[in-house]
Formats: sequence, structure tokens, C-alpha cells
Amino acid sequence: MSGVTRSGVTSEDGIKIKVEQVYKIFGPRAPAMLEQVRGGMSKAELLEQTGHIVGICDVSLDIRAGETFVVMGLSGSGKSTLIRHFNRLIEPTAGRILVDGEDVLAMGPEALRAFRRGRASMVFQRFALLPHKTVLDNVIYGLVIGGAGKAEARDRGMQQIELVGLGGFENKYPSQLSGGMQQRVGLARALATDAEILLMDEAFSALDPLIRNDMQAQLKELQARLHKTIVFITHDLDEALRLGDHIAILKDGALRQAGTGAEILLNPADDYVARFVRDVNRARVVTIGAIADRDGADRGGAAGLRSDGRGFSGAACIDEKATLEEGFAMLAECDGPAIVTDEQATPVGIVTRKAVLQALARP
Amino acid sequence: MADSFPELIDTRALRIALDEGFDWVVVNYGEPLEIGFLPVLRLLTGMERVLQWLPWYVVLAALCALTYLAARSWKAAGGVAAMLFLVGLTGIWDAAMATVALMLVATFLAVCLGIPVGVGMSRSDSMQSITLPVLDIMQTMPIFVYLIPFVMLFGPGKIPALLATVVFAIPPVIRLTNLGIRQVDAEVIEAVTAFGATPRQRLLTAQIPLAMPTIMAGINQTTMMALSMVVIASMIGAGGLGYQVLQGIQRLEVSRGLLAGLGIVFLAIIFDRIAQAYGRRMQQHLHIGS
Repeated sequence: MSGVTRSGVTSEDGIKIKVEQVYKIFGPRAPAMLEQVRGGMSKAELLEQTGHIVGICDVSLDIRAGETFVVMGLSGSGKSTLIRHFNRLIEPTAGRILVDGEDVLAMGPEALRAFRRGRASMVFQRFALLPHKTVLDNVIYGLVIGGAGKAEARDRGMQQIELVGLGGFENKYPSQLSGGMQQRVGLARALATDAEILLMDEAFSALDPLIRNDMQAQLKELQARLHKTIVFITHDLDEALRLGDHIAILKDGALRQAGTGAEILLNPADDYVARFVRDVNRARVVTIGAIADRDGADRGGAAGLRSDGRGFSGAACIDEKATLEEGFAMLAECDGPAIVTDEQATPVGIVTRKAVLQALARP
Repeated sequence: MADSFPELIDTRALRIALDEGFDWVVVNYGEPLEIGFLPVLRLLTGMERVLQWLPWYVVLAALCALTYLAARSWKAAGGVAAMLFLVGLTGIWDAAMATVALMLVATFLAVCLGIPVGVGMSRSDSMQSITLPVLDIMQTMPIFVYLIPFVMLFGPGKIPALLATVVFAIPPVIRLTNLGIRQVDAEVIEAVTAFGATPRQRLLTAQIPLAMPTIMAGINQTTMMALSMVVIASMIGAGGLGYQVLQGIQRLEVSRGLLAGLGIVFLAIIFDRIAQAYGRRMQQHLHIGS
């Protein structure tokens, strides 16, 4: 799809899930409608003329191993339909989905079950726990139907329950837990199968804002340890920016833009994306590194800044991972440009107040 | 006088053909069918004998214990005891036990047949659209019509009475099994599928347990319908309380009919209480507030 910016991926090596030109049309004669949709007929026109609904329209994505990839869009944008294609809860009308290079759509029933049991697990918006089973039995559900031994499954289940902070609740029933705790059970259930891919369908949307915050923090912390490939669906831009290494924005089933949070904020691909991101507090999302003048390291020397090996004397140094907000104080202190450094405190560029203000200004 | 409806086809010939066809079935398959249903007959008579052989206080205590286990209420258990005591007091204990045996065996058979049919219906829309009208016909057809073919096949006796009762009582359990499974939260079914459950695992670990309160309501209705069938079934030799009612009509004895009728009412209340209490207990954890 033209106009889609997708930086950072140059080799195929790190890609875990590759989505290639996937279409999904709902209706009795879906395959026949494919030509019209490919020919550029809009969602509204197709519905009007044939009664068929376009769910997904020509979506291609590359999701790298170990990253959190957020698909975001408003309700009806097809994001929940898209995530159900990854484990084939919904079959696409056309296209390919490759996981580790293997076509998910070519799997027979047995191979698909093995894939669902061992390689991709899912967390649901309304938790979807089995109400007649205890927390522990819910968590080990995937293991038990996969034929794991009871004792082994129990041990693994208890580990996951501890991991999500529900120790002591293993014999309770879901109805005895709060929404946030129920979703922790959902998360533990998904982690228990040790699948590399975690599909999270609006997993935190049904929770109170405070609990949602906690869960986001917990997910980030877990991800830092476990390095799963997470596909996260949300309609909340702040959540997308907080969690996502990369973000894809969907509208009417079509991909509008994919990239890092900063890329989308600073260079929206079209008006729709621009309107979408307008109200975001950029100062908390955009990092200093994203707006740093990378050629400026040399010019820093020209401006009279000298390195003493560890840092620059006479100028403020800001970590490139810091958000603009975290950099405000430093920039307020110094008159000239500030030095941007990486993890090893090596200068990688400079940043000026002007650049910060430009990044903050709404397009 | 207005024109009467024209005779477009010869109904006499049609009826004769139907009757002869059925006669042929009776002549050729009557005996094998009768032999085939012998185990069912043994089950029924065995059940009846055991219930009548057991001392009355054992049956009474067992039913009270069952009620208490289901409802966790001494009041309900006491009510059951009082009603059973009254049944015994009016001298219809043995007849009541025969009725209970017929009802239990008929319900057992209806559940064994009805739940698989209901599960099949819940899986296939086309099977549902075929089965629903058949169930409608089964429920609206006058009960006596069922008696004719069964009596022809087996002669008057317990087997035709039992089978007619099963046919009459089976629709609720089929309907509510289908409905219960279809009403299970779609997201839960999606989750179970997403974790790699086979269709069989999906049925046994999610659909049936979550549909259980609805299925229990169906079993309860089936029990009640089986009980309401006993009077009619007694006309073809089922015995029990229904036979007492029948005798009351034949001899014009109000008292006999009334006492037997009250006995049936008491049994209905007892089994309804027990089944409903079990249904409620089952629902305890099934609702998640989100």
C-alpha cells in the first residue's frame, strides 16, 4: 500500500508475523466481490449495491519477533476482525498470513489446533473465562486440552498465577474476582501455554482507567522479561503509544499508517491520522531522540562544546530515550543546544528549544 | 346450503393405504420391536418393584435428604416429608411408587435421547429448522393419537405407555438443550477455540456446563410432562395413580379420583422443588459481573 511508512525493517530475518494483502468480505458471495473491492469500490458503495460488508481491505503488515505491535482504530475499523485472522477464528477472503514463514491458512485442522495450543494464545476484551472453573483450572485450560499431565499443568499454572500477582486466589471462581483480576486470569491463561505470540483483543478496554493503567504497566514489565511477540488491539491512542513499539492505524478495514508512535505523531500520513493524533500530549510520547539533530554532534564541537570523554562540559546532556517532558527542565537551564546521548553517554546529536517547540506545535 | 368441499382425492383409499401400511409394519416388525424393548421393560418393572419393596420410611427419608441437599432448607425437606406422608396415609403408596417409576424411567429415556438431539440442533441451523416444526407438532398433537400406533405395535401394557410418555415429554429437553447451547457467550466459545479445543472438547468443557441451568429447566419440564401423562398412559395399562383416577371415572367415585389426583399433584411439587433447587445451585458461579 502506497503512503505507508514503515521504518526499521529492512531484512526479513526478524519478522515473526507477515500479513500479505489480506481481504475479508462478509456476505454470502464474498469471493465474487473481491474484484470489485480490488477495483477500488468503497465500503459504503459495496454495502449499498450488494449487501456485502468489507471487514479488512488489503492489509499488509510485518510484525517483528519480540515487539509489541499495536493495531488501533475506532469501532468498526476492522481491528478485532484482523486479530482473529492470526489464529483463524475468522478465515480471510484472500491473502496470506505467515508465521515464522509458515502459511497459517494452509494448515489443516490438526495443525491449526497445534498452532493454537502451542504457538499463539489470546486474551479477550470481556475476559471470556469459564465461569464454572476455578482460577487455576482456567489458567491451565490450554494445557489440559492439549493433553498435559495434571501435576505438570498445575505447577505451570501456579507459576503463571504468581507471575500476574494472583497468588492465593487460585481456588476462587471468576465471579468472585474484580474485572482487573479476571483479566489477569485471562493473561495468565494465555501465558501458561508458553506461546511465543500473544494476541490481545482490546484486553484492557473493559477495565477502569486506574486498573487499566496498572495492567499496562504490568504488561510492559512482563514483556521486558518474556519478550513475546504481542499483537495488541485498542481504540485508545494513549494506550497504543504507551505499549506499542510499532503502531498500525486502521480505518474502514484499510491500513492508513504504520510506524513508531513518534513517526505517526510527527509525520501523520493523511488527514485522518492527523486528526486522530491531534489531541495527544506529545510531550509525554515523543522522545528527545526522535527530534534530535543527528548531524549536530559535529556542530556541537563547532559551537564550542568540548567532550571530556564522559560528557560535554558546559552543556546539558539528555538521554535520547527521555520524553520531551522529561527534557524540559534541562533545556530551560541551558541557553544553547543540549547534547543528546545514548545509553553509553556517547553524544549522538543535539536538540534545541526550537526543535522541541516545533515538535509540540500541532500540525 | 353452501357447497361442501369438493372431493379432489379419494380419502377412503388413502386412509386404507395408510392403515394397511402400518398393519404391515406391525405384522413384520411387531415382534422384533417387542423383543428389542424388553430391556426397557425390565428397567421399568425393576424400578417399580424396588420402590414398592423399599419400606416407606426409607423412600421418604431418601427424598427428604435429596431435597435438603438440593435446597439446603429444612422447610423444603419438611414439606416433602409431609406430602409423602399424606400420600401414604390415603392408601395410595404403592400406586404412587409405580407412577414415580414410570416417570423416572420415561424422564431418563427422554434425557438420554433428547440431549444428543438438542446438541445436534445447536450445531446445525438446517437441523434446527427441520426439528423445530416437528417438536411443535409433537407438542400440539392430542396425546391420544400417540397411543394408537404404540398399542398396535406392542398391545396394551407398560411399554406402549412408557414410549407414548417419552414421545410426549421429550420436546422441552430437546428445545432447551438447543437454546441453552446457542445462548452460551460467543466470546467464551471463541476463547475455547482459540486455545485449540476440538469440537468435542468445546462441547464437554464449555457448552454443556454453561448451558446446564437451561438444560436442567428442560429436564424439569420434561419430568412434569411425564407426570401429567400418567393418567392417559394408565388407559393402556401403565397402572399407578393414573389407574386410580381411571377407576374413579369408571365407578363414579369422586373420592378415589380426588385422592389419586392430589397424589399426582404432590409428586409434581416434590420433583419440581428438587429439580429447581439443583438448577439454582448450578447457576451459582455461572454469572460473571463485568
